[in-house]
Amino acid sequence: MDSVPHRRKIIIDPVTRVEGHGKVTIRLDEKGQVEQARFHVVEFRGFEKFIQGRPFREVPVVIQRLCGICPVSHHLCAAKAMDKVIGVDRVPVRADKMRRLMHHGQILQSNALHFFHLASPDLLFGFDSPAAQRNIVGLAQRYPELAKRAILIRSFGQEVIAATGGRKIHTNSAIPGGFNQQLDASRRDELRQKVDQILGWTQEALELCQTIAREDWKRHSEFGSFPSSYMSLVGTDGAMDLYDGWLRAIDREGKIIFDGVKPEQYCDVLVEEVRSWSYMKFPHIRSLGKEEGWYRVGPLAQINCCSHIATPLAEQERQRFLKAGWGYPVHATLAYHWARIICMIHALEVIHTFLNDADLLQGELVAKGIRRKEGIAWIEAPRGTLFHHYTVGEDDLVKSANLIVSTTSNNEALNRSVTKVAEDYLSGQEITEGLLNHVEVAIRAYDPCLSCATHAIGKMPLVAILEGPDGQELTRRYRV
Amino acid sequence: MVRKPKLATCSLAGCFGCHMSLLDIDEKLLDLIELIDLDKSPLNDKKEFDQIVDIGLVEGGCSSEHNVHVLKNFRKNCRILVAVGACALTGGVPSFRNMISLTSCLEEAYTQGPTHISGGEIPDDPDLPRLLDRVYPCHEVVKIDHFLPGCPPSADAIWFFVTELLAGRSPRLPPSLLKYE
Repeated sequence: MDSVPHRRKIIIDPVTRVEGHGKVTIRLDEKGQVEQARFHVVEFRGFEKFIQGRPFREVPVVIQRLCGICPVSHHLCAAKAMDKVIGVDRVPVRADKMRRLMHHGQILQSNALHFFHLASPDLLFGFDSPAAQRNIVGLAQRYPELAKRAILIRSFGQEVIAATGGRKIHTNSAIPGGFNQQLDASRRDELRQKVDQILGWTQEALELCQTIAREDWKRHSEFGSFPSSYMSLVGTDGAMDLYDGWLRAIDREGKIIFDGVKPEQYCDVLVEEVRSWSYMKFPHIRSLGKEEGWYRVGPLAQINCCSHIATPLAEQERQRFLKAGWGYPVHATLAYHWARIICMIHALEVIHTFLNDADLLQGELVAKGIRRKEGIAWIEAPRGTLFHHYTVGEDDLVKSANLIVSTTSNNEALNRSVTKVAEDYLSGQEITEGLLNHVEVAIRAYDPCLSCATHAIGKMPLVAILEGPDGQELTRRYRV
Repeated sequence: MVRKPKLATCSLAGCFGCHMSLLDIDEKLLDLIELIDLDKSPLNDKKEFDQIVDIGLVEGGCSSEHNVHVLKNFRKNCRILVAVGACALTGGVPSFRNMISLTSCLEEAYTQGPTHISGGEIPDDPDLPRLLDRVYPCHEVVKIDHFLPGCPPSADAIWFFVTELLAGRSPRLPPSLLKYE
């Protein structure tokens, strides 16, 4: 409650969100300067509790209902955790490759959805462009060819998921110890025929993204930006690995904070703080404390943390990205978009390799082991590192669950970007729809999925309510 | 010029998988844009209804007072309201919490767990909407005209349903598209 007279509070409330509705509150002082800006996650679902008492084999299928945008990430992360519960440290090669193929389909479709369907209208039409235009329909009307390609790139990722998972959304093919689905050779051949064209279109999209960044370099570098630490999985040789690996964190200068961390050590390096004003927690690196220990995850972290990318086209693009002039690590928040498309190119190269891999059509799909009480696993989801941790009783029922989902790790950074944009653009200004969209643009760079967190598809509709000192509503401005 | 029918969509306590499935109609999205005008939706920036729309698709059940408010407003502004997907029809996976007290769900999430810092609190700021005791399916809150089951319904099922409604018919899903998982 705002009890100090002459001060104002702007509420930006996106009412239509997926799982987890977010809102922003901005407090202005008597001079209209931004005093405090907060990004609230306003939905709670309680998966940690209600998964308790359910059969552990059911978890990979149920837990993915956290998120319809990146269900594969939750599905696979839970399956990897349950591998450990049944005592399997290494699933059969064929099962491992099927899972990886499916996961890279997920990376492709989710990143494509975000870049094309959500973010690109801001970049192509401008942050201040008419709200009616800034959406996928506007994109289709103005850039029909790009819109069609956007649909087909995302669709290709979904087809890869369907070919490995049986369906596009909420698959059930990863099971504790392996996989229960076979890749149909004729379907694989259909994917093979399309992959080069999809890759070519993605490379063109990256060129477009780079052109947009270069044309407005100063703003692109500074918008909602600040130095931070980064965290992601990397392979044992330091290569980008979006499916498995060791955990690495770097500080704002790019120096290693920790490296080579294994899943069972995650509690040694991370803790989570709860704040009263958000249902989303605030994780940070234990050794650095809550003031200094926060970090960013997602495509920007995936590029900043890895030593190299093992696929040639994505590695070439990583080199260009690092030479573009942002410095290292790259701290520009809008650089998330560029990094996101590099990850799409990497995903397509990985998919291409697997489609020519004979291992996918032969060999065992399930392994067995000796039952354990606990399973901890992680995966590099489209939005960053995702942790699943379960304990299971002798009755095969889940006893506890601890989930750190990707967007949760970006919570502090989202708040900082919102604050910075509010200070830079709203202070002392009359609040317009176009200015409100700037706050959204900063949030959108993270591709946030709040409460998986939630992930809004498309734009977040906003309402800004200007309240008087007694809380009475003075004006209400809608984004229309 | 003939007015195109208006379509609106909204998401409550769901996972957004139903909206994703709508997008999975792929190239037919470009056809859909020709057939209808997209009104209030998470897919665009339109915030308020300025006229009654012909068809509303709602995904997700009601988990908070905010969801109830959004759903009632949606009902008021949609001539035909379709509950899409398991969460809208039954509460879905989020309604698993109905068997447990809300307090113990909150305590588990915010005061327990191996990465939890002790001394924390359960979020309770006035800026957060109040949670409901249970997760409610949409038909327990407002009148629903049609139900489209599935988790999520397939893209083909959504396309069939919408085009039937646009043709003025009452959709009856063929068995091949009818799924309750």
